Amino acid sequence: MTDVTVSPPVLELRDVSVCYRIRGRAVPVLSRVSLSLGKGEVYGLVGESGSGKSTVALAVQRVLPSNGYVSGGQALVNGRDVATLDRAALRQMRARDVAMVFQDPGRALNPSLTIGRQLAEVFEILGSAGGEALRRAEAMLERVRISAPARVMERYPHQLSGGMQQRVVIAMALAKDPSLLILDEPTTGLDATIEAEILDLVDTLRREFGASILFISHNLGAIAGLCDRVGVLYAGRLVEEGPVRPLFRAPRHPYTVGLLRCLPRPGLRKSLAPLDTIPGFPPAPGSITAGCVFAPRCGLADETCRTVDPPQVELGEGRVSRCHHHDRIGSLPHEVVRPLPTAPQPAEHAAGTPVLELASLSKTYGAAPYAVHALRDVSLRLMPGQTLGLVGESGSGKSTLAHALLGLIAPDAGGRMALDGATLAPEVRRRSPEQIKTLQIVFQNPDSALNRSHTVRRLIGRAVTRLGGLAGALREAQVTRLLEAVRLTARQLAARPRQLSGGMKQRVAVARAFAGNPRLVVCDEPTSALDVSVQAAILNLLADLQAERQVAYLLISHDLGVVRYLSDAIAVLYLGRLLEVGPAANVLDGPHHPYTEALLSAAPSVTGERSGRIRLTGAIPSGINPPSGCLFHTRCPRRFGPICETEEPPFVADAAGHAIRCHLPREKLGRSMAAMPA
Amino acid sequence: MMKGALGRFFLKRLALSLLTLWLLSVVVFFGCQVLPGDPARAILGPLADPRAVAALNQKLGADRPPVEIYLSWVGGLLSGDMGQSYAYRSPVAPFIGSALVNSLKLAAMVFAIVVPIGIGAGVLAALRAGRPLDRVISVAGLSLTVIPEFVSSIALILVFAVILRWLPLSASWPPGSGPLVQIQHLILPALPLVIVLFGYIARMTRAGMVEALAADYTRTAVLKGLPWRTVLSRHVLRNALLPTITVIAAQMGYALGGLVVVESLFRYQGIGSLVLGAARAKDFAMLQAGILTVGAFFIVTTLAADLLTTLLDPRLRTGGRR
Repeated sequence: MTDVTVSPPVLELRDVSVCYRIRGRAVPVLSRVSLSLGKGEVYGLVGESGSGKSTVALAVQRVLPSNGYVSGGQALVNGRDVATLDRAALRQMRARDVAMVFQDPGRALNPSLTIGRQLAEVFEILGSAGGEALRRAEAMLERVRISAPARVMERYPHQLSGGMQQRVVIAMALAKDPSLLILDEPTTGLDATIEAEILDLVDTLRREFGASILFISHNLGAIAGLCDRVGVLYAGRLVEEGPVRPLFRAPRHPYTVGLLRCLPRPGLRKSLAPLDTIPGFPPAPGSITAGCVFAPRCGLADETCRTVDPPQVELGEGRVSRCHHHDRIGSLPHEVVRPLPTAPQPAEHAAGTPVLELASLSKTYGAAPYAVHALRDVSLRLMPGQTLGLVGESGSGKSTLAHALLGLIAPDAGGRMALDGATLAPEVRRRSPEQIKTLQIVFQNPDSALNRSHTVRRLIGRAVTRLGGLAGALREAQVTRLLEAVRLTARQLAARPRQLSGGMKQRVAVARAFAGNPRLVVCDEPTSALDVSVQAAILNLLADLQAERQVAYLLISHDLGVVRYLSDAIAVLYLGRLLEVGPAANVLDGPHHPYTEALLSAAPSVTGERSGRIRLTGAIPSGINPPSGCLFHTRCPRRFGPICETEEPPFVADAAGHAIRCHLPREKLGRSMAAMPA
Repeated sequence: MMKGALGRFFLKRLALSLLTLWLLSVVVFFGCQVLPGDPARAILGPLADPRAVAALNQKLGADRPPVEIYLSWVGGLLSGDMGQSYAYRSPVAPFIGSALVNSLKLAAMVFAIVVPIGIGAGVLAALRAGRPLDRVISVAGLSLTVIPEFVSSIALILVFAVILRWLPLSASWPPGSGPLVQIQHLILPALPLVIVLFGYIARMTRAGMVEALAADYTRTAVLKGLPWRTVLSRHVLRNALLPTITVIAAQMGYALGGLVVVESLFRYQGIGSLVLGAARAKDFAMLQAGILTVGAFFIVTTLAADLLTTLLDPRLRTGGRR
């Protein structure tokens, strides 16, 4: 097939297959993937972990791991097959044509070289001499909107925040003015507002530089906001492709439909309905040899799907689907059909004893004049069976609050923590066994939270012994009950963490936390290490356990979708100070504190509409030298007068208990235009 | 502020080192006290009249309570007096001094040989990870490390000094020899230690290299289009060798104090054989001063290793904070 166009696509994959050699066997991770990127186009590649999306990027640059190889097809950059390039030509391509930005900017930068040195290197390769290269490096930092480039040049990577590091990496990538920029999960692990900033930056720079972009992400919202076209990758196959808006509005492959249904969208709440999930697990690479790779998990699958590999069907308007039943996607059954859980009535709880009460809690690190106020005078209440969502950027004090609660750090004298009405000692060893049992935690990363050398039986059993005080047959019975509660089966009891998927590991972590029938569980970013479909299942699990056991959650998350879905009340922290607190609906619908409004507007959505986004300018101020007056005034888009800089606003609550710390009167504060609950 | 924090860290480490040194002096001193035999008996011999022994003990001050003897010993050390050797009837300090110089020469020889070949082999093994050359280097390093010094020493003496006669048998050179002759005499005694340390340094280097080669920043450097040599020298080696440098510095102490076997086999007048001789002769002042010197050297090299690591790693140097 010869394509006679005037200028070749910037990137073209023709039936590319990639295999990894594992224990002597060739395991296919990409199967016949074809796509092409025109000049200036932004192409989103979406897929869950293990779908092979990063392998695409590595194959294009010929940096596959040593056991990986391209087993078929061609990858062409500017019309040249990268497989045929000799060493010098390959280096030329990397130096001039293709640039790449990876997920973890902290690791992509050399820890023992200054930023200036690393950035100048790119210009040196292109032929600039020392001083000239440094000047151009500094200019480049300015172009990625780094405010004090000269100072950043002298810094080492670890001295910069994650957002700054990613800007540096982007500067390094764009420095060569590449024709193709590959972004591999560039915002994973960054805060919502930082993520939005980076996405904005990429959007602006793409116009300035005119590079074509291959944007690889599992974040559907980010893809929707940035890309022209999108390809959906599942188990190494491109199952659907098309222009981004129509594709997300009316997907034509059951996997895409499933992914979109998993998202905790605005309007969905735990009390209304469980989130939809995709049943089963992605197949092990190479395990499905006949039929459609998605058939085992597909609600529409029939005999044809299990035997005949679906062809690529052209649907018109540039859309392609690899599904036998692309014309009746609408009839894909919902996976989760259950009666609504009986929603606990907030009113009936409001009168009882709160399970958690914090009064004037502060935490100061260091001594004056270098004291950092990580928490300032925080007072909160959490009722049994309810969820309090804690939101705020990195450095806002969310983790400090959780650590104080768990007894890992001692708050300043003067504040009070109470669990079920009884004072909670600052040190964990002075707490009663009952209190320790009552208060448990689920961490972000189950990989590091679970002992790798223990079996699931031991991991949960130990927690049952320690927290539940059970032994022998009683202990076994409780382990089985917990296992059922987190929807695992006895088959997993003998497994060790590495034999489990990410979602299963997080279920084990949840089971462990519930071993002593806790009344309050701190959930610290419980789903941010998980894929979208797994996230939905864990959120459902947490909601179910809460409804069954009346356990309260303190939910820390930077994903507002997660917070929205699970929370009954929301507290917004900024530089350790509560700026807003109230019932979830009131906080989300407004009137909002200007900071909350900015956070909400920063969250990307699959509809791709981020036009109403409020941009915060400037970095988060240092905790050592906090702004006077209202802490937020240095970045506030609604600042209206000197009062903001001199006087701290009062924290007044309305009748519903919705408190906002702002000088503006409520009627002047922003309201959310978000869709009403459907 | 960050500089201050770093300074405080080292002051703290220094104070800890002094504490360790003091503890060592206590252990060494009272350890010698519980050894059978007393100074006068050691001087006068087993057949001497008990009354003469008691009189000499009194004259030497050895009949005082142990704490008192300890205090006067430490007091002497602080004012630069290491005491009198009973065996040689003369001050200890000059013996310690010349033995220390000899030991340092031997240690320098060891590191001059082992550092380049250890690092070189480690780098080579990492670049060929999983291939035959890597296997050979790793297995050889591991096998060599477990050969005790006395075994390798004897084998080396047999081969190079007795059979081939390439190198002198004794480590001690004739008085007034020039540096070249000294080096010639030092090669053979250095080799057993080289054999022990080679595997250690090579494996450490290999591990650091493998990690750095797989690191994301190395991939970044490759994708910048840098030539492979530049990637290696500027991005990989710099990070890969950090732990190795620390290990080498920390091994200096071992190379100085752990040479008893080698020094006595090769009849070399280093600190190891000095301490061994003093222990045999119940020459307590010499024994205590020798052990304390080795201990002090150990502490100094450990401290130096920490300092070096901190200075080489910007994450530690700048206090690790944003």
